[in-house]
Amino acid sequence: MKSNSRRGFMGKAFGAVAAVGAVGSLVAMKKSWDPLPSVKAAGFTTLDMSIYEEGLMVTEKWRGKPIFVLKKSAAVMEKEKGNAAAEARNIKIGNDNFMVAIGLCTHLGCIPAFREAEGDFLCACHGGQFDASGLVTKVPPPRGFDIPPFKIEGNTLVLGEVGPEWQTMKDNGVTL
Amino acid sequence: MAHFTKATSVKDWLNQRLAIEKVEKVMASEYWIPKNINFLWAMGMVLVITFALLVVSGIFLLMYYVPTVDEAFNSVNYTIMREVDFGWLWRHVHGVAASVVFLVIYIHMFTGIYYGSYKKGREMIWISGMLLFIAFSTEAFSGYMLPWGQMSYWAGMVITNLFSGGSLHADGLVEWIRGDYVPAQAFLGRFFMLHVLLVPLAIMGLIGLHFAALRIPHVNNQDGEEIDFDAESKKYLDGDKVGSKVMRFANDFMSKDMMVVGIFLIFFFYLTFYNYGFAMDPVNFDPADGLKTPAHIYPEWYFLWSYEILRPFNIDLGLALFGFAQVIFVFLPFLDRSPNSVPASRRGAFKYWFWGMLIVMIVLTAMGKLPPEGIYSTIGLYAAIIFIAMWVALPIITSLEKKL
Amino acid sequence: MKNKEPLILAVVIFFSLVTYYLVEPYAHHVMHKHVDSENFTYADLPEITKTGNAVNGKELVMNAGCAGCHSIETAGMPAPMDSVMAAQSYGVNPPDLSNAGAIYDAKFLAELIKNPAHALKVEHKFDEAKAQMHPMVPFYGMGGDIDQEIADMVAYLQSIAVSPADVTPKMAFENACGRCHAVGYEKWTQIGTKSGFKDKKDELAFDIKVLEYQDSLKSYMGKLPPDLSMYIRSRNEQFISTLIENPQNHLAGTAMPRVGVTADSAAKVIEYMKDAGDTKRHERAEVGKNVMIYIVIFAIFALLWKKQVWKDLH
Repeated sequence: MKSNSRRGFMGKAFGAVAAVGAVGSLVAMKKSWDPLPSVKAAGFTTLDMSIYEEGLMVTEKWRGKPIFVLKKSAAVMEKEKGNAAAEARNIKIGNDNFMVAIGLCTHLGCIPAFREAEGDFLCACHGGQFDASGLVTKVPPPRGFDIPPFKIEGNTLVLGEVGPEWQTMKDNGVTL
Repeated sequence: MAHFTKATSVKDWLNQRLAIEKVEKVMASEYWIPKNINFLWAMGMVLVITFALLVVSGIFLLMYYVPTVDEAFNSVNYTIMREVDFGWLWRHVHGVAASVVFLVIYIHMFTGIYYGSYKKGREMIWISGMLLFIAFSTEAFSGYMLPWGQMSYWAGMVITNLFSGGSLHADGLVEWIRGDYVPAQAFLGRFFMLHVLLVPLAIMGLIGLHFAALRIPHVNNQDGEEIDFDAESKKYLDGDKVGSKVMRFANDFMSKDMMVVGIFLIFFFYLTFYNYGFAMDPVNFDPADGLKTPAHIYPEWYFLWSYEILRPFNIDLGLALFGFAQVIFVFLPFLDRSPNSVPASRRGAFKYWFWGMLIVMIVLTAMGKLPPEGIYSTIGLYAAIIFIAMWVALPIITSLEKKL
Repeated sequence: MKNKEPLILAVVIFFSLVTYYLVEPYAHHVMHKHVDSENFTYADLPEITKTGNAVNGKELVMNAGCAGCHSIETAGMPAPMDSVMAAQSYGVNPPDLSNAGAIYDAKFLAELIKNPAHALKVEHKFDEAKAQMHPMVPFYGMGGDIDQEIADMVAYLQSIAVSPADVTPKMAFENACGRCHAVGYEKWTQIGTKSGFKDKKDELAFDIKVLEYQDSLKSYMGKLPPDLSMYIRSRNEQFISTLIENPQNHLAGTAMPRVGVTADSAAKVIEYMKDAGDTKRHERAEVGKNVMIYIVIFAIFALLWKKQVWKDLH
């Protein structure tokens, strides 16, 4: 009787030890699926902001993702005036105003197309629309384009580095 | 220790060691199947054959496929399609079988629903079948990544993004699944592993479970009749083959299976050689380009109905309902509260539920492919709501059902 | 007991076909614009009213300076510069004219000589009013009746070309499409076929020339025209044929010019693309036929076996 319960206890104890090993190996398995250091370190993108033309959307690349760069015209700026959400997203470099954002629909990650005539973005996947400052004008996307971490250095913009302007945007919930 | 005697024949030698005669009886000649069935009961065998076609063609593709983002597209479209002798055949068989297997799975599923083959001890058959459905879906999706065409890449992007959980914004989880910020080498490598090793292993295990689940409750029949298998099989063995309600699996039922398989294969090879376009989307013959979304992104046809449940709503509700649609079929045996285990045609309101569900899923499937605008998006929205409502209503209408 | 199987089979087939119809023919009909073929008539271009004289045409071609940019290999006129330099000067390497008379439509050639941007349907890119000149200089006439002169030049080009029946798929593709589009699976680059190099250095030198050519092409066209290796599968035959006929019908505003091939040449271009992207199609048709015959026999034997086994069960 006594030895029986001892055997039962030892069985459970053995099970527990085995479980520790299994969980330990799960940690290793999880870690093996993490992005590799070389992937994580994959550089910073530096953009020379003086080369863009007004109203002409240019797609740059940062960490494999498309980055929309749109230099906003005076007319667009006029339209944005008073729209706090749009103003908060504006990136000012010298006297120029830019929309810089990750060019992936915040719904499911398709790349919306820029419609030059309308000056806005249309996502072909599920019909979402964004205006020139990257805010949603038609659902399903839950929020405007995300803004990549950036740092302004004179006339250039370094993507991937956190500058004070971006930190402010993040703190205010302008971007994620 | 067992006692061995000098073998009188090869068969005897094997019999002493492996009990092959007993195995043959248990698996085939004395595995009893009701006679009151129709060709829909052969879908299991059709699925086995299709799975075998997938495994064999897959083995030959695997020998030349290169799972790297630079080489994958060319290894499929140049090496396999142009250089390997009959490589094109393996690829077309594999692609068409992957699509057709889902058609047969859906027929198999709706057969089970119609005849109530998930009730009265057959719950595990249904549940293991639904687990197989999930495993096959994973297999199909991971396989679709491998040619690394535009649709591979963008389907991979969209589907992995689902794991961000909408407003939960679990980007870390998405990046963990991909092993990168976007689908890239790590992503292709792990989906290749899933497709050729882990998921096929799971499928084979689940097929074993699915068959094992059939042993005790036996196969259902066209009228949901409860058969005394012991008495009926005794009748058969005593020589009254005509009077018995059951027959042997082999060769009796097997011969009918093979007849259906023969007809199925005519259809299958017609598709493979002359109408393969539906299974091999043109968009996927453009190499993957992370900076160019195709004009229309849609999954393969068999995922369309659940994809459409995702689309018309905002992201959080869409994801929740999508999750609901993915798992709800598993719970069918418990949501159907009726004690009647007979064909839907004799079950009152459930009859309408069955045909309604079939039609709603076809409508969802069609709307899932069409561009999400105007009337299509409205129809899709209503169909999705009806789909959800029908599942909510199922326990109610089945508990009101009169006991037969 | 009544046999319900035919009814059940009809139900299964009905729902399968409805689903197939909705997700394939119907959905694709909704998603993709349908463009009808104009049968390569080039109805928007004026007819050639004059009868050309090849001998006069030869004189005119020499004097009009065609050979300043184009080679005419069969007439012993080599290219004035290599393809990379030509692309740097004009954006794209001007084609050799040896077989132009066989590959391209006569009406198209006549209009091309007179008004390149109009014939090529790239007036949205080359607007004379905005001083955007097409790199090909229009022919303003040599003093005589310009329509007669152009008819003579076209007659000359036709006279030196191979017979249209002898145009091979490769010739048609390389001349009409291959100076912008590579076809990697046929080893074709915009500057010619990349064949085996003994020396790695020679291979790299060739690759650099291709890249330089592509740079010029990119700035001329706006983006690098795609490699067409798999286009026969990623686009269908009807799409490719109508796109060749008039690119603007499919892609309004595209920089891709109308190349003005004859219906025959277009079919040959498509043949070339099939060889690249659907190489084993003949084998598929052949094997398909045999497999179908075999599988019907298989099904018949299965049916007979079933009948025999089930005779004892009823």
